[in-house]
Amino acid sequence: MRFLVRRLGFYLVAAWAAVTVNFFIPRAMPGNAVDSMMAKFPNLQPNAQKALEAEFGVGHQGSLLHQYWIYLGNLAHLNLGTSVSLYPDKVTSVLATTVPWTLALVGTATVISFALGTLLGIFAAWRRGGWLDRSLPAFTFLQATPYFFLALIAIEFFSSDLHIFPISGGYTLGLLPGWNWTFIWSAIDHSLLPALTIIATSMAGWMLQMRNVTITTIGEDYVLAAQAKGLSSRRVIFTYAARNAILPNIAGFALAIGFVVAGALVMEIVFSYPGVGLTLLNAVQANDYPLTQGIFLVISFAVLIACMLADLVYVFADPRVRTRQAY
Amino acid sequence: MSIAAPLKVDERGQQAATRSAAPVWRRLTKSLPLKAKIGAVIFSFFILIAIIGPALAPYDPSATTTQVQALAPNIHHLLGTTSTGEDVLSELLVGMRSTVVLGLLTAAIATILAVIVGVSAGFLGGAADETLSLIANVFLVLPALPLLIVVLGYLRNSGELAEAIVLSALGWAWGARVIRAQTLTLRNRDYVLAARETGEQTWRIIIFEILPNEVSLIAAGFVSTVLYAILTSVALSFIGLASFSGWTLGEMLYWAQGQEAIQLGAWWWYVPPGLSVALLGTSLVLLNFGLDEIGNPRLRDGGRRKIKGARWRASDPTPVIREAS
Repeated sequence: MRFLVRRLGFYLVAAWAAVTVNFFIPRAMPGNAVDSMMAKFPNLQPNAQKALEAEFGVGHQGSLLHQYWIYLGNLAHLNLGTSVSLYPDKVTSVLATTVPWTLALVGTATVISFALGTLLGIFAAWRRGGWLDRSLPAFTFLQATPYFFLALIAIEFFSSDLHIFPISGGYTLGLLPGWNWTFIWSAIDHSLLPALTIIATSMAGWMLQMRNVTITTIGEDYVLAAQAKGLSSRRVIFTYAARNAILPNIAGFALAIGFVVAGALVMEIVFSYPGVGLTLLNAVQANDYPLTQGIFLVISFAVLIACMLADLVYVFADPRVRTRQAY
Repeated sequence: MSIAAPLKVDERGQQAATRSAAPVWRRLTKSLPLKAKIGAVIFSFFILIAIIGPALAPYDPSATTTQVQALAPNIHHLLGTTSTGEDVLSELLVGMRSTVVLGLLTAAIATILAVIVGVSAGFLGGAADETLSLIANVFLVLPALPLLIVVLGYLRNSGELAEAIVLSALGWAWGARVIRAQTLTLRNRDYVLAARETGEQTWRIIIFEILPNEVSLIAAGFVSTVLYAILTSVALSFIGLASFSGWTLGEMLYWAQGQEAIQLGAWWWYVPPGLSVALLGTSLVLLNFGLDEIGNPRLRDGGRRKIKGARWRASDPTPVIREAS
């Protein structure tokens, strides 16, 4: 319990840090939302500046502390402001249309890659020196390859040449997003290649870590004892060796999730997938500060929540942290 | 006795500390695992290109001609040209330097930060440890790439050093955490306690007793940070957020993608930079394999073994026959 409370406290601090970083970034940088709005619509009258400043909440509004207080208040009401590049859409409504795409695709791909990588890592360690173990360098190559390079080649090969997968986008253009089979099928069809490329590049990390820890675990006395008792191989692998070896992998999940998100952002840019990554890049290039901030917050909180879930799983998986103070 | 004993231990501790650096180095060069050797050779090759590459480049990488199509590799252009007539080989040779320099620079800054934070947190303990660990952990869970996209989106054309600083500011935390954990276990070893007992100054204990025993960890951290920096900077340039003008491997891929090299089938244009990054990355991962095996002996002795002619695996029941070694 103590462990959970400590971790919860930590996540509160981390969330506060994310919120504060998010507050300071646009203030430390040159330019603001009103300037880019004025630049975008050259026929705006100069006196429109005042109105826009009021709308976007920039300009002289008292001390920094006062601004910070207002910012926190807006956040608490989920008021993230108005997007500049997609004016007059609210940032929250832009997020509502993009977040589900990323969450569905990246979430599924991450879970599959974690499960598959962990399983393959167990087998590589168990049959050490076998074909799977010896093919590890090939997986390493996939991991060290820039994600987008692999994705580009996959698009060229599978989509342009073989026409197995669509080239880009999240669904067939012209379809209206909705809960009908044509649309859902089209969305699944468009997400297969992005998901496969994410899995291919991120699986090797899980696999390698699982293999190394399992090899260390196999050397432990209790595994030897289990073998000596004459337990079936399967039981020894899964309930004795892998059961203990998976703990660092779960702990590592929290730390690796940031990299997974990073890969996913680049994936969306390569595939023109209608998620938060592509929107973030567009927002940054259009100097759309409110949208940029909103997306950064959403990604940060998504990562923090994923880490918290990993911690919860860890508490269930490792009885030691329930009794002893970890970290 | 009560005075002499710690002194004696201290001498041993000193010896252990000064000796420990040498075996690490000898192990690194002599009985380096094969994977790590391959990694080291490939990585050295890329370093060499980074040093002499720009001098070898046959053309100015930015020199364009009026031709309208990308030329396949030929005798004048060994790796062909882009569709505006730039020589791909020259771009590659020149771009390699900035990419490698950025990786090494970032890793150097991040490793120094990691060592300072990790060692002080682990050695000082108490409130300092709590605070520093908290900061490191917060940096670990903040998503780096979105933050980089946001920050570099504002800091366009600010130079290579600025990008290295931003990259290292977000890349030191993992190393700090690992080094802190190792320092915690070293802090209570006999020779460190003895050094404290004899009134050694804290900085002396850290530099001569603690750090030499963390060399392989620090090296592994350095290597993975180089990998992180190279992959991240290439990805950032590729999506058009390079913070400095000039050729890098990511920049080459950005233009290749923007001018539809893939749709044109101009493989000589996008495969060399992509493959270079992949090979560079693989060499770093292989190097880290080796450092891992040095740190963890169980990973070291290879998989298959033959005992009295019969094949034996680690997962098989322990053979009763004694292994002749």
